[in-house]
Amino acid sequence: MSSMNRQESEALIEEVLEVYPEQARSDRAKHLTANDPNLDDASKCMTSNRKSVPGVMTQRGCAYAGSRGVVWGPVKDMVHLSHGPVGCGQYSRGGRRHYYSGVTGADSFTTINFTSDFQEKDIVFGGDHKLKKIIDEIEMLFPLNKGTTVQSECPIGLIGDDIGSVAREAGKRIDKAVLPVSCEGFRGVSQSLGHHIANDVIRDHVLTKRYDERPEPGPYDVAIIGDYNIGGDLWSSRILLEEMGLNVLAQWSGDGTLAEMEETPRVQLNLLHCYRSMNYISEFMEEKFGIPYMEYNFFGPTKIDQSIRDIAARFDETIQANAEKVIAKYRPYMDQVVEKFRPRLEGKKVMLYVGGLRPRHVIGAYEDLGMEVVGAGYEFAHNDDYDRTFKELGDGALIYDDASAYELEEFAKRLKPDLIGGGVKEKYVFQKMGIPLRQMHSWDYSGPYHGYDGFAIFARDMDMALNNPCWGALTPPWKRT
Amino acid sequence: MNNDAEAIKPCYPLFQDDEYQQMLSRKREGREEGYSADKVHEVFMWTTSEEYKELNFSREALTIDPAKACQPLGAVLCGLGFEGSLPYVHGSQGCVAYFRTYFNRHFKEPIACVSDSMTEDAAVFGGHPNMNQGLQNAYTIYQPKMLAVSTTCMAEVIGDDLNAFITNAKNEGYLPQEVPTPFAHTPSFVGSHVNGWDNMFEGIIRYFTINEMESKEVGSKAKINLVPGFETYLGSYRWLHRAMGEMGVDYSLLCDPTEVLDTPADGEYRMYAGGTSIDEVKDAPNALDTLLLQPWGLTKTKKFIKQTWGQPCSDISVPIGLEGTDQFLMKVSELTGKPIPESLEKERGRLVDIMTDSHAWLHGKRFALWGDQDFVMGVTKLLTEIGAEPTHILCNGANKRWGKAMRKMLDETPFGEKAEVHVGKDLWHMRSLVFTDRPDFMIGNTYGKYIQRDTAYLGKDFEVPLIRLGFPIFDRHHLHRNCIWGYEGAMYIITTLVNEVLARLDEETQKLGETDYNFDLIR
Repeated sequence: MSSMNRQESEALIEEVLEVYPEQARSDRAKHLTANDPNLDDASKCMTSNRKSVPGVMTQRGCAYAGSRGVVWGPVKDMVHLSHGPVGCGQYSRGGRRHYYSGVTGADSFTTINFTSDFQEKDIVFGGDHKLKKIIDEIEMLFPLNKGTTVQSECPIGLIGDDIGSVAREAGKRIDKAVLPVSCEGFRGVSQSLGHHIANDVIRDHVLTKRYDERPEPGPYDVAIIGDYNIGGDLWSSRILLEEMGLNVLAQWSGDGTLAEMEETPRVQLNLLHCYRSMNYISEFMEEKFGIPYMEYNFFGPTKIDQSIRDIAARFDETIQANAEKVIAKYRPYMDQVVEKFRPRLEGKKVMLYVGGLRPRHVIGAYEDLGMEVVGAGYEFAHNDDYDRTFKELGDGALIYDDASAYELEEFAKRLKPDLIGGGVKEKYVFQKMGIPLRQMHSWDYSGPYHGYDGFAIFARDMDMALNNPCWGALTPPWKRT
Repeated sequence: MNNDAEAIKPCYPLFQDDEYQQMLSRKREGREEGYSADKVHEVFMWTTSEEYKELNFSREALTIDPAKACQPLGAVLCGLGFEGSLPYVHGSQGCVAYFRTYFNRHFKEPIACVSDSMTEDAAVFGGHPNMNQGLQNAYTIYQPKMLAVSTTCMAEVIGDDLNAFITNAKNEGYLPQEVPTPFAHTPSFVGSHVNGWDNMFEGIIRYFTINEMESKEVGSKAKINLVPGFETYLGSYRWLHRAMGEMGVDYSLLCDPTEVLDTPADGEYRMYAGGTSIDEVKDAPNALDTLLLQPWGLTKTKKFIKQTWGQPCSDISVPIGLEGTDQFLMKVSELTGKPIPESLEKERGRLVDIMTDSHAWLHGKRFALWGDQDFVMGVTKLLTEIGAEPTHILCNGANKRWGKAMRKMLDETPFGEKAEVHVGKDLWHMRSLVFTDRPDFMIGNTYGKYIQRDTAYLGKDFEVPLIRLGFPIFDRHHLHRNCIWGYEGAMYIITTLVNEVLARLDEETQKLGETDYNFDLIR
């Protein structure tokens, strides 16, 4: 049961849109809807993956963020050069907490900010010469790197630099992967295109490299695709897959390495967690190498159990029996976690506004704790994300695509959620308003949230966010009625 | 693994568990095609050597871990400091997401800022339509009293003209004529966030005064203007207000984001709060003088004030440390004729008292430091005032003239003799310096924690602790609410330094029955 029915949600949307000038209003109206769980095709009722309205405080990022920050950045044994002016690399440094195991500066480089720090002369005369020199300097100072990706910032495409040819030559010269990624921030409408561009570079430069020399895949070889190891998510997922008896050959891209990516074409099955950011490459592998992929969801015991069974169903009875063992092994602990936290969270309302997969994937985890998601939206989803979301939400729940800061505030004022799952840009706004917010991009510096280990942490964090006594202190005693 | 709902472990210590450690080593050994632990160790050790330092300093093209950010970030902070002002960035939206996030993480506060979301079509045809729509939408939805417009590198590369675009947007009715829209071009490939602040500020005072100079006369109001520059310590602004109040000086603090970056949690979100009023900006040319509190970062502003306002823009240094503050207050007193009151003299006395109490623990202690131009200069000065020794002083965004001025300042004190000044270098350079010429402590922003971690790899005895001062500080809470300017600020800095020194001493001497000879109750 949702807290508002469809008519009420539609009326709220109308009302909130009133403040906009006409053009912006008609544009934004297409991105907001009330949920109908029976709908299969999002395109019938809403629009997504379109340009943000100028001047409206969108929470979206850019293509560079999608490539450097999400897809490529976590590959730990490569150097990811922020090619262009100094800012982009600085602002994205260490922000996403995609953990890795390695010695930073020697064999791992993820949290180091490499930038070409473009100056005016590089804009005027072009930066290709500088790029060539930079790659040599990376080689000189970081000999154990397995390669470099050149992550283009806005000016690169605008001034017409040919990073492709510089990268090709440099790659031959140093006999390592030097990969040009044209993920300039102005491309596309959000970080989403950056994911796609990054996927295409993997397709063109990484996946076919060792394909011909591949040995026969083992019967249980799989790869984890689209998990960025935020707070260690991938590790708390991988450990379950291995416990089932699967042989995880590669993980993309959190704590990932170039070698693992190159080896991926020999797996039996790709397990895709963040559909949005890596469906492209998964589909490519299906077409090109005949490797099927399946989506799974490792948030909350209900979804984890189901996903483990679905994954096992792709394999033989041994794996299926193992899957049941894994589920049975963790069941008592999951029951214990639910038993402890559910009474504190039962009936509480949640609003979500995140990216990637979370606005739908975490709904089950909240439901495991007796909570209800009354509104959900994505920063950079496409229609296929909403197709999947409708089924997860209750009738009449609010759905908002590329919501502006203004809309989120107004929705929150009306829906009065007990908790918001969002990002850091929203966090302090809502906390001033007295609504606790957990950052669902970075897990608010906690995590992991994936897997059974992660669910316990998730439950604990939601409880401490929601039931902290400080929320009761917003009104001074002399003003309380 | 987690198996007790009463003791749930997050990432640390969860991943220390055997199962996870075994999984990680299986992955490492079976899949990653990495190097042997010995090889990795060998290379890491090599990165700490003199030989590596030479190589590191020989690079010409690559920047690693810069100690600066880009111009529009500074422009946004400047834009936040005026009453009802909404920073508006003409260009890519991703940049604004980054600026907001960067400040969110430092201040733990909401940051309002919009962009006009330029994409490929704008790259080809220009961002004119974006600006029309953007100004209209931002004004209608957020009802600011003013829009402080700056640019990203995208808009700069394609050559969008803010003046023309804004004028057209108003003429075509997208924005009421009377809404103030000061602007600044802030290319990210020139200077740093410090220059971005300077550019935006110059844009703001230019916008409000350039065409109204006939009615203005320097000194017609017996007041002074204070310009903070890119300052992120809210207490510094508050100290200024207090000190000027105690002096009884009539003054305008031109740009004051203290309220908007520190609103209460009482159930209401305030998008705008406090800030310098537009009237104050308009009246600024009538003041006796304008004091630039971070002069190295305010060169464009200085030029405008001297040339257009005709004010002397008297030379001062950033009011960090004893002498810096003395000179600042004396200059204010000289300009306004107001004596320095007993309250400030007492405060000064308290600072000197603190210095005399603590100097023994700081004397001869060696500090490596980095940050923005004026901050670094002020802190270096303060260190030498208390007998501490700056070793390596690094500023990524400074110029050669700054380097020379630093050298001169250091040569005037025996405590500065051994110091080296590094202009235009980054934190990977600093890392080499910390390894090859080990200081006792580092002073700098959060990014220094990576250097501290690397020094700890050589053993606890070699570890160089980071003392967090500067911007950004992401990994400690609420330090930005403190004050680093004035006597109060010097007290905070010295308190921080001395207690870090004492904490380190405790750490070194606390091994029971082994090193605890100097593990004293009283320090």
